Amino acid sequence: MSEYILLRHRDTPDIDQLTVYRKHGGFEAWRKALTALQPEDVTQIVKDSGLRGRGGAGFPTGMKWSFCPKDIWPHYVVANADESEPGTFKDREIMEGNPLQFLEGLMLAAYAVQANDAYIYLRGEFWQIARRLEIVIEELDAAGLLGERILGSDFSLRLHVHLGAGAYICGEETALLESIEGKLGQPRLRPPFPAVAGLFARPTVINNVETLTNLPPIIQNGAAWYREFGTEKSPGRKIFSLSGCVNRPGNYELPLGTPFRELIYEHGGGIPDGRQIKAIMAAGASSALIAADEAALDTPMDYESVAMLGASLGSASVIVIDESVSIAWLVQKTVNFFKHESCGKCTPCREGTYWMDRLADRIAAGEAGENDVDLLYSVARQMQNKCLCALGEFSTEAVVSGIKKFRPDFIKERQFQD
Amino acid sequence: MPKMVTLTIDDKKVTVPAGTVIVDAAKKAGIDIPVFCYHPKMEPVGMCRMCLVEIGRPVIDRSSGQVVLEEDGSPKISFGPKLETSCTVPVSEGMVVRTQTQPVKDARVGMLEFLLTSHPLDCPVCDKGGECPLQNLTMGYGPGVSRFQFDDKKHLGKRIPLGELIWLDRERCIQCARCVRFQDFVVDDPVIGFSNRGRSLEIVTFSDPGFDSIFSGNTTDICPVGALTTDDFRFGARPWELKTDASICQHCPVGCNLAINIRREAKAGGKPVIKRILPRQNEAVNEIWICDKGRLGYHYAESADRLERPLARKGGELVPVSWDEALDLAAEKLKETESLVTLAGGRLSNEDLFNLRELTAAKSGKALLYSDMAGGDLVARCGLAPGSNFGEMGKGSAILVIASDLHQEAPLWWLRVKQAAERGAELIVANPRATRLDKYARHRIPYEYGQEAATLAAFQRGVSAPEELQAAAAAFAAAENRVILYGSEGLGLHGSQALVQTAAAVLAGYGRIGALNNGLVGVWQRANDQGAWEIGFRPSANLAAEIGSAGLLLIAAADPAGDDPALAEAVAQAGFVVVQELFLSETARRADVVLPAQAWTEREGTLTSGERRVQRYYPALAPRGEARADYAVAAQIGQRLGLSLESGTASLVFLRLAASLMAFAGLNYQRLSETSEQWPIIGQEDLYYGGTAYDNHQGLGVQLPLAVEGEPPVPAADAELPAVRKGQLLLVPITRLYDRGATLLPTRLLSQRIFNREVWLHPQTAAALGLDGAGQVEIRLNGATCSAALRQDLNVPAGVGLVPRSVGIPLFAPQAAALIALAAVAEV
Amino acid sequence: MNTLLSQYPAEIDKILSHYPPDQKRSAVMPLLHLAQREATYVSAQALKDIAEICEISITDVASIVGYYTLYYDRPLGRYHIQVCTDLPCALRGADKFLAELCQRLGLKVGEPSPDGLFIIEEVKCLAACHRAPMFQVQSGEGISYHENQTVETALEVIEALRQHVLQEKESQP
Repeated sequence: MSEYILLRHRDTPDIDQLTVYRKHGGFEAWRKALTALQPEDVTQIVKDSGLRGRGGAGFPTGMKWSFCPKDIWPHYVVANADESEPGTFKDREIMEGNPLQFLEGLMLAAYAVQANDAYIYLRGEFWQIARRLEIVIEELDAAGLLGERILGSDFSLRLHVHLGAGAYICGEETALLESIEGKLGQPRLRPPFPAVAGLFARPTVINNVETLTNLPPIIQNGAAWYREFGTEKSPGRKIFSLSGCVNRPGNYELPLGTPFRELIYEHGGGIPDGRQIKAIMAAGASSALIAADEAALDTPMDYESVAMLGASLGSASVIVIDESVSIAWLVQKTVNFFKHESCGKCTPCREGTYWMDRLADRIAAGEAGENDVDLLYSVARQMQNKCLCALGEFSTEAVVSGIKKFRPDFIKERQFQD
Repeated sequence: MPKMVTLTIDDKKVTVPAGTVIVDAAKKAGIDIPVFCYHPKMEPVGMCRMCLVEIGRPVIDRSSGQVVLEEDGSPKISFGPKLETSCTVPVSEGMVVRTQTQPVKDARVGMLEFLLTSHPLDCPVCDKGGECPLQNLTMGYGPGVSRFQFDDKKHLGKRIPLGELIWLDRERCIQCARCVRFQDFVVDDPVIGFSNRGRSLEIVTFSDPGFDSIFSGNTTDICPVGALTTDDFRFGARPWELKTDASICQHCPVGCNLAINIRREAKAGGKPVIKRILPRQNEAVNEIWICDKGRLGYHYAESADRLERPLARKGGELVPVSWDEALDLAAEKLKETESLVTLAGGRLSNEDLFNLRELTAAKSGKALLYSDMAGGDLVARCGLAPGSNFGEMGKGSAILVIASDLHQEAPLWWLRVKQAAERGAELIVANPRATRLDKYARHRIPYEYGQEAATLAAFQRGVSAPEELQAAAAAFAAAENRVILYGSEGLGLHGSQALVQTAAAVLAGYGRIGALNNGLVGVWQRANDQGAWEIGFRPSANLAAEIGSAGLLLIAAADPAGDDPALAEAVAQAGFVVVQELFLSETARRADVVLPAQAWTEREGTLTSGERRVQRYYPALAPRGEARADYAVAAQIGQRLGLSLESGTASLVFLRLAASLMAFAGLNYQRLSETSEQWPIIGQEDLYYGGTAYDNHQGLGVQLPLAVEGEPPVPAADAELPAVRKGQLLLVPITRLYDRGATLLPTRLLSQRIFNREVWLHPQTAAALGLDGAGQVEIRLNGATCSAALRQDLNVPAGVGLVPRSVGIPLFAPQAAALIALAAVAEV
Repeated sequence: MNTLLSQYPAEIDKILSHYPPDQKRSAVMPLLHLAQREATYVSAQALKDIAEICEISITDVASIVGYYTLYYDRPLGRYHIQVCTDLPCALRGADKFLAELCQRLGLKVGEPSPDGLFIIEEVKCLAACHRAPMFQVQSGEGISYHENQTVETALEVIEALRQHVLQEKESQP
């Protein structure tokens, strides 16, 4: 059996071709669902598998589906392919290498909630992937795997590709829906939740690309098989996007619960030039900084264990920071990112990210005093728990954890400069 | 009745309808929660985060479903880990809200500090300074000092014209989106929006003209900072220098309640001048909104062209004379005459009209209303029952609008009918061409001009409607309450008479006249046309002959000679002509005596709206020159004839009117000035909540009772349309908001939006008549010739030409005419 | 006259077919991409055309252009060379890469080249953190990624684009 269940293109050449994919069991789960399973059965299998959303929040996927009311129609499914978190590049590899499995997963989700239209929302930069997916969807139509009354069932499904145009916030699911509706991609108030009033005010399930790509093997092999991977509360395999100060950055498909040390030192080949590891950001730029001590390195990368470190696993975008990096410089980078991506809708995020950016700039340039560091910390704290959506909250994570854990870096910034 | 919910806010028990958000519940309980983005007239968005509070909810035992109790027997309350926005959370039973705790206070300090980081703090030169929610809330809840480094301030455009009416100061904007949401969701003119994002989020407009909305001024009222200002008021005065007087808008039959802000100025010789007009809350009339015509169209009152002294014709010339001389002369001629014709315009107040009627009656003269729309008598019998309110119509109501482009004719009715439809009212719009109301209509009925009554007849109870009208007729029949608004689109007096009779008959047939939220509403061309009907003025089907044969012609607030060459000739034929006017109009030029009238801002009076609501307006300015109120002028002429007419004050005239007219029985100025509590609470010290619209403590007005039933109304056949010969087309009148009327033209600010003299044709009609290249056409009507711009519009029915009223083309009823091309359209 | 509609009738039909008939507004983003295909930016005419097709106001369309970074309201260059300098890329030398590239090209970030062909832009994460330094080229022809770059390889990419334009000019009559 293949080493991979998600990144199957790595050991199965040309699996992005329909004939090859089908030869390797492709669309068998789809056939099984349509011919042998009721929609509720599909949901139940996914619930039993313990699959949790891979986009960052880690919410149980089957449960998310079951929130769709049965008395409001139509339903929609949206694949969140907006992958924009700094340090995250896994969905892109899936869609480039193993697009059919992703689409099959999307189709299964649509069947589970009985949606006849499903949208794939790609960040605008994935222009080439979008073109490719459109062609693949046409092939699936031609092969009778999509369209009206598929494979002799009563179920009809159309897939649509919707391309964004450069806005990180559209990865937030309600902003994503606004964006498909042709409005500014700004987050909506919740409630109502998308499961009740989502796309076009209809019940909508939004799942991440990687989440969806897990579905075909789960339906094909069953929940128990899937639970053989990972931990009890975080079952299954996960793609870890490894970047930053490592010798072999890239995507690694591993069981949830793999320790940081294994990812960074075995798979990633360790830190260049034998430098010391200093910190880890486990969820991209949205992460709190983890001081990379021995205990941290031995921490299993599952949702619960990473939370114990005061951070979160998020989309498992592991950015490695070594001793040559000033955390003040790093914070300036993350804050500048969030300032650029803040949608501007709520006061604390709009004003707070701008203010933090000004402060972090001066601190990183060595032009600030200690009181500016305190002020930066205070501004971040002033934003926390008050923003409309998670973006504003994320923007404070590296700031607060960075100043708490690496305060000297902020005061002695100059020593890091060339 | 909605379900009521009881909760505790700051230890105070509050009971409000389910669905109320916490901010509003607190407001009702007298507890102020500061907000910027929340506005009680709009859906909450939770953007500004100013209203964060602590919210606790009773703990429910999952197995029993019962509230868990503390040891002392009180319900156990669980507070969330985060503060929540009180503008987005609806109340629930047993909820406990804390608005004064340290975390809440800290959050408010924090949000204000954030907002002020990008704010220019130019309060000393800001129009909003003194009535600014940001300023007030900063004083009330703010940090006092900022930790933000001044050099980091983002500098943005401070003089951005969003069109010529509204200015934007980007530095002051706090991105609360109140203006954008008002335009998008309240008035559905999405012509301003946000561009860019984050700290660079900014308001833009791409419409042509900029900020193309007849409701744009309202955004300056609800803007919680000085980001949006009208060109009219910008840098005009400081709010604390302003004195406020209550008024009623004179531009259309809605009767919007206004507040007039005045200040004494050196340029006016130390006299007060109007600095701006704002809405005054009346939830049964205009809520807290007004249209831009009402807001900006007051400048005629301060026009340099106003008449200041009486004039009398001497040696062929009009020369200034004293009031006594002018009045004596008019009275003398009046004494002599056997045939008095009084022609009054619907801009006059009830008091003016009453005294004119008394004067006319004493001489057995004719009291004519200068109007080509019929039906005020039927509206008096079948109108809206007292207590009716568009704001309360929704599911169960059917609203039928026929022969009216409400958006242009009565903007606030358009808005309120739209909102009733959005609440579920069955809206039926019948009009030959598409109008802005169609979008919200369940049923749209495009009939041909001339088919108004026939179309409406299908809505009679028990009549089997033609197939295309069946669905609408069935919906109308099935409704619990029915309102018909009828206008004068495409109609003259005859057609209008047929329409209103049929409308009254339709409503009478359902037997619900007199029931709440039922009745007939006339979309009149002038503010007090309904009042004129109530008092006894009637339009004439043969106005030229009536005028021409008058021994003495008394004209007040009407300019027939300016509107129609045929009427000008008639005025010339009349014996002795006395004119009460604001301006030296074409009619005044032809008069023998001209008596300068006070503008509505200079006196008091009452108006009767299309909903038959009698409302008071109050003087704001000193009278211009020697001008006198029309009621006083009429009384002073009458007194010279030995009549006992009241010339002292409007309130005394009104008492006589009330004693004389059944519908007004028992009314007086005190009753009209009564107010009661309104929701939302607006215009008090808490400017942040609803904006700068004014609290109403000068009167909500009184809706007149319906007149006792006469003969049951019977439907009438449509007036016959004139024959259209080859090469001709049917010209029909329509009404546009920004016309060229004497009370609007002097508002120079609106000059770019005021309609030209033009005629609208479908391009195919233009082509069929060989006019496709024409820019200017000549129209021959009743032997007179005038030129007009040709506007091609796909929305005009084939074979028809639309002629806006009051732009200088003498068309008052459908007429067949030929158009002659004058100049080709300039090559693009 | 709807220029966009007359230019791309089939594409526009197809775009609209992806959304419910009463949700034409949803087509605004794909239509903006379409409008940029040849022009490289969204012209005033395109704003009008799209507003008409989507049955929304011109302001609503312009608002979308202003919000998203891949839409341009003015022509800035045929090829947008967009270098990611976000944290993961910066940890792999992206800042230095950008500075050197600019120096070698004699261009500043955000300033179009004198011939109007290129503009260098500094952008946020493009989901290629493991192959930094990297940049994407945005043009009417779409978006292409160029990863694991050095200044030399980047200059080659840019030179190839320049040659492509030259050949195009020569092949035109």
